Amino acid sequence: MTSSDHNACSSIIQLRGVTKTYGTGNAAFRALRGVDLDVEAGEFVAIMGASGSGKSTLMNLLGCLDSPTTGSYLFGGRAMQGLSKEQRALVRRHYLGFVFQGYNLLARTTALENVELPLLYRGVSRRQRRERARRALDAVGLLPWQSHSSNELSGGQQQRVAVARAIATDPRVLFADEPTGNLDSKASREVMQLITRLNQEQGITVVMVTHEPEMADYARRIITVRDGLIARDVPRETQLAEVEVA
Amino acid sequence: MFWSALGIAVREIRRNLVRAFLTVLGVVIGVAAVVIMVSLGQGATESVTSQVASLGSNLVMAIPGQGMGPTGGTAPAFRLSDATAIAESSPGIRAVAPVKIQGVNAVYLQQDWSTQAVGTTVDYFSVAGWEMAEGRGFTEAEYLGARPVCVLGETLVEELFGQQRPVGARIRLKTMTCEVIGVLRSKGQGAMGQDQDSVIVLPLTTVQRRLSGRVGNRDVARVMISAHDGASTERVVRDVTDLLRERRGIREGEDDDFSVLDTKEIADTLGSTTRILTLLLAAVAAVSLLVGGIGIMNIMLVSVTERTREIGIRMSIGALPSEVLLQFLVEALVLSVIGGLIGIGLALAGSYALAGVMGIPFVFDPEINLIAFAFSAAVGVLFGFTPARRAAQLDPIDALRFE
Repeated sequence: MTSSDHNACSSIIQLRGVTKTYGTGNAAFRALRGVDLDVEAGEFVAIMGASGSGKSTLMNLLGCLDSPTTGSYLFGGRAMQGLSKEQRALVRRHYLGFVFQGYNLLARTTALENVELPLLYRGVSRRQRRERARRALDAVGLLPWQSHSSNELSGGQQQRVAVARAIATDPRVLFADEPTGNLDSKASREVMQLITRLNQEQGITVVMVTHEPEMADYARRIITVRDGLIARDVPRETQLAEVEVA
Repeated sequence: MFWSALGIAVREIRRNLVRAFLTVLGVVIGVAAVVIMVSLGQGATESVTSQVASLGSNLVMAIPGQGMGPTGGTAPAFRLSDATAIAESSPGIRAVAPVKIQGVNAVYLQQDWSTQAVGTTVDYFSVAGWEMAEGRGFTEAEYLGARPVCVLGETLVEELFGQQRPVGARIRLKTMTCEVIGVLRSKGQGAMGQDQDSVIVLPLTTVQRRLSGRVGNRDVARVMISAHDGASTERVVRDVTDLLRERRGIREGEDDDFSVLDTKEIADTLGSTTRILTLLLAAVAAVSLLVGGIGIMNIMLVSVTERTREIGIRMSIGALPSEVLLQFLVEALVLSVIGGLIGIGLALAGSYALAGVMGIPFVFDPEINLIAFAFSAAVGVLFGFTPARRAAQLDPIDALRFE
């Protein structure tokens, strides 16, 4: 994928008629039933929905952790459907960053080493790795904690380390799956402000799954998934207006 | 890719040293057992070989009966005349010493010691490879005159004389008093574990006339034959066998009722016996190495389950399944290689100490150390593969959700 591809296609993410079915026969479960979605570069999108609505499945497809049963998925103009496990891993390695609900840092490993991990898989040299990891930790305000092991950090700090790990590789898209699910309100606010700042200042495209409306309010566009379909897809301003009208 | 996998593996091992130690333990014990067994076996082989060599150089022995054990008792003994005839039988023969063995109790003042009296000729000392530590051997004149003179082995000197000087003293054997004229230089333990230094050497004539009484007094227990340097001992064995068959009236097709043994052959026989034992012990030890390998597989499998989340994290941020496979494989390899090195270290210390205790030489054989090391590495790859493949086949979504 080159930048010219990227420019030629204005959407970084383009889903057309995507379905996802788990199991076969009578036991088959249709988690997604035909989703069309476009996300432009630099957007901050929140995906909302009740549990079982299909939002996590959508997230896994967008994050190339899984591939659709039918339909097409263009990421930066390149078809993602039908890629092998290895190819999807390479897409994740080079273009995507992830933040999970459970932080998912390596235990007994320092903050700096955790942030270095994706750079290690990219084959970045040791010196550059260190430098870029430090820069990412600095961006989340945790540089003084770089040599603390992950279990010595608070939940909020761990999640910020996870954000640093996700942005250390300068990803095209940052995927956040319930990033504040395990955090108290103060830590949640810090993490959300951090993600918002990264989106606004560094222009990182953010796709976030959440079921908390307060968190979704940080996004500029909110997509609601219900029964495997996109039920509503509106910019935040509109949504706020609707609320006010109501 | 290998180097980054190595870096990750080393970091993972360092993060959990107790687990690493337990994993490695089996391999350590296995490698150490194999190397110790083989080293000690080789030491034993070497010591047997050198002891057989201490019997004398180019030595051929004729004994009545078949085989080396006491089973030859029923065959008729040799006579002194056989020895004389043997000396003429082959051009390769340098010297011949008939040996008559008689159990005696040696007494000096208050001390006594049961031992073997060896009655022989003057050539015995050179044929059997004895050197004098002190004094001299007996002379031809003393042999012909059946003089009461004797030469003592080291053990007898210690037991009878302690710190006193034995040469010139008189000891009593049965009813005979004889003068000590020399002391033999120590040869140490024999190939069968017997004490070669517990011996008294006298002229054969003296033993026949003064110690044996009348019965069988012309018999000799065996004839020791020394071949010239460079002469074919095989030829000597053949000539002596032909001569003895003729003299003992054995017809064509009948079996020998005596044995003619070449010390080289004895050494080979004993050497191959100890080698077989060494192999057997090493095989038993190799089983423990195998068990060590299974231990690695076991702990690696548990660790894959335990680290499912970690694998999920690595895959979600872009680790390829092949990289996860390599990481776990390299981890198993590093563990077993470390185990192999520790095992070899332990084995060197252990076999050095044990060789000292058992009184055999310490042998360092680079080959067996290399083999054991390579084997331990192979164990790591072999038994690390199943857990590594299982880790690589995990789905990142499931792995992340795993609690």
